[in-house]
Amino acid sequence: MHNNPSDLIVVDQLSKYYRVANKQPGFKGTLKHFFDRKTYDVPAVTDISFKISPGEVVGFLGANGAGKTTLLKMMCGLIHPSTGLVDVGGFSPQRRQTAFLKEITLVMGQKQQLIWDLPPMDSLYVNAAVYGLSDHEAKVRINELAEMLELGDELTRPVRKLSLGQRMKSEILASLLHKPSVLFLDEPTLGLDVNAQARVRSFLSEYNKRTGATILLTSHYMADITALCPRVICIHKGKLFYDGDLDSLANSLSPSREVKVELKNPCPSEQFKKYGDIQDLNDRFVCLLVSRDKLTDVVSNLLTDFDIIDLEISDPPIDQLIGELFIRGEVN
Amino acid sequence: MRIFGLSFKVVKTLLTTQYAYMLEYRIEIALWALSGVLPFIMFSLWSQNDVGNSFGLNDIGLARYFLSAFLVRQFSVVWVVFSFEEDSLSGRLSPYLLQPLHPLLRYVAAHLAEQATRLPFAIAIAITFFILNPSSFWLPSLPQFFLAYLSTHFAFTIAFLLQSLVAALCFWTEKSSALERLIFVPYLFLSGLLVPLSAFPSNVLKVAMLTPFPFLINFPAKILSGMPVDIFNGFLAQILWISILVPSVNILWKLGVKRYTAMGA
Repeated sequence: MHNNPSDLIVVDQLSKYYRVANKQPGFKGTLKHFFDRKTYDVPAVTDISFKISPGEVVGFLGANGAGKTTLLKMMCGLIHPSTGLVDVGGFSPQRRQTAFLKEITLVMGQKQQLIWDLPPMDSLYVNAAVYGLSDHEAKVRINELAEMLELGDELTRPVRKLSLGQRMKSEILASLLHKPSVLFLDEPTLGLDVNAQARVRSFLSEYNKRTGATILLTSHYMADITALCPRVICIHKGKLFYDGDLDSLANSLSPSREVKVELKNPCPSEQFKKYGDIQDLNDRFVCLLVSRDKLTDVVSNLLTDFDIIDLEISDPPIDQLIGELFIRGEVN
Repeated sequence: MRIFGLSFKVVKTLLTTQYAYMLEYRIEIALWALSGVLPFIMFSLWSQNDVGNSFGLNDIGLARYFLSAFLVRQFSVVWVVFSFEEDSLSGRLSPYLLQPLHPLLRYVAAHLAEQATRLPFAIAIAITFFILNPSSFWLPSLPQFFLAYLSTHFAFTIAFLLQSLVAALCFWTEKSSALERLIFVPYLFLSGLLVPLSAFPSNVLKVAMLTPFPFLINFPAKILSGMPVDIFNGFLAQILWISILVPSVNILWKLGVKRYTAMGA
């Protein structure tokens, strides 16, 4: 793969295999497992390649066990690839050179680096010292991030006394104290309530705008992806099967759009068959599925042919489409 | 100013934070300090009969030796394998691995902070011991105290490195605390915690001296209690073991980290 200087992250034919032991149930299986353990390699990520430019926000989508977290761990240098290459800003992540570590951060939902029995502020000052920030720099940075994250007194309360949302925001603050330019976020909103999720999302969006940081995000919440990531990379069974913008993905997943019409007077269903697939017809309400290329003509004809009170065009929900995609295992 | 490659600020912040953390657990640490009374049990056992004399020690010598053994143990006790295993299995190790600070240094700071927390309890226990055994009271000379202090820190370093070596096996076995038992049993018998090494038959003693264990308790305790001891060779052996263990831990750590799968993370 040719490296363009404008590429911040280059992933080339990356694969990761985990060696696991196979144990059959029962006493016989236990004895066999003890004396003659059988292990085999499970592919977690297979032959994945892509590039990411500085400042991009990229969402990694995939069902549980698809390999997205493994991919993220290889990109941040936490685990070593079995084969292939990762380059992040000219560094080989698995070497974990100090200059590289100062440029990145990893946030994992529900995993903590804060010291449980002390207030977050103590952990923040440890991080500040570890990353070589002066006391003044640390204070300014903590205040700035605390304001963005809407954190105040929480920073001087023991971590164990904080709510999950407050803890997660404190974790994010600790992870961003050293001004990393590449953020690896693995399920950063996991377990948070709707309001806390929204606050974390708006913070990340604001952080990206203010600092130009590159953000790589995995999440099970489609709202995180749709709110933050113009580009998505879909992983299925360890393989990449879509890399592109979210809108194009929605278009390829759903070549049709829903047209909901409210009529002034009821009409028989036969009259609508020529416009598209009838999804629903109830008295004065009709729902049609119309292919995107015919949409303009169909809407124009409907408005001409019928006495219409209201007309609404919509995409099927993206999370529903992605869910179907994972079941199907391929993009149309 | 840099200490072992770390800036003074990192060292100070790590130690003060870990000390604050340990103070949260001061009652637990007091109980841990009390649970280290094995040398006193051994003292009462040996002083009940004439066995102590066969060690070449009278009752006062025996009392001083075991009190010294208790104090050395208080400031060289190591539990890194258990913390490391827990952090490794729970995924807490992952963020530590992605920070520009060797994760083992966090555990060093935690141990040193715990030693500072143990100090008042250890002094209280020593005072109680002297009240119960007034004839055994002694104060080591300043050079004696300094050498004992230094050798205890070396003993801690050796013990920490030995356990770190086992802890690094977590990258392979996931349950390396079980392997720690392989160290603990010879440590118990060959360190001088149960009986001064002078009680051992000469052949056993020769073999024991080839291991690091006599230099973990017996050597510093002998210096502190004022017993005759080969100071030069003792320190030489401690430095030798440290210089063998440091690269061994480094190599095993580097190999292990390559195998890290960030379980639970």
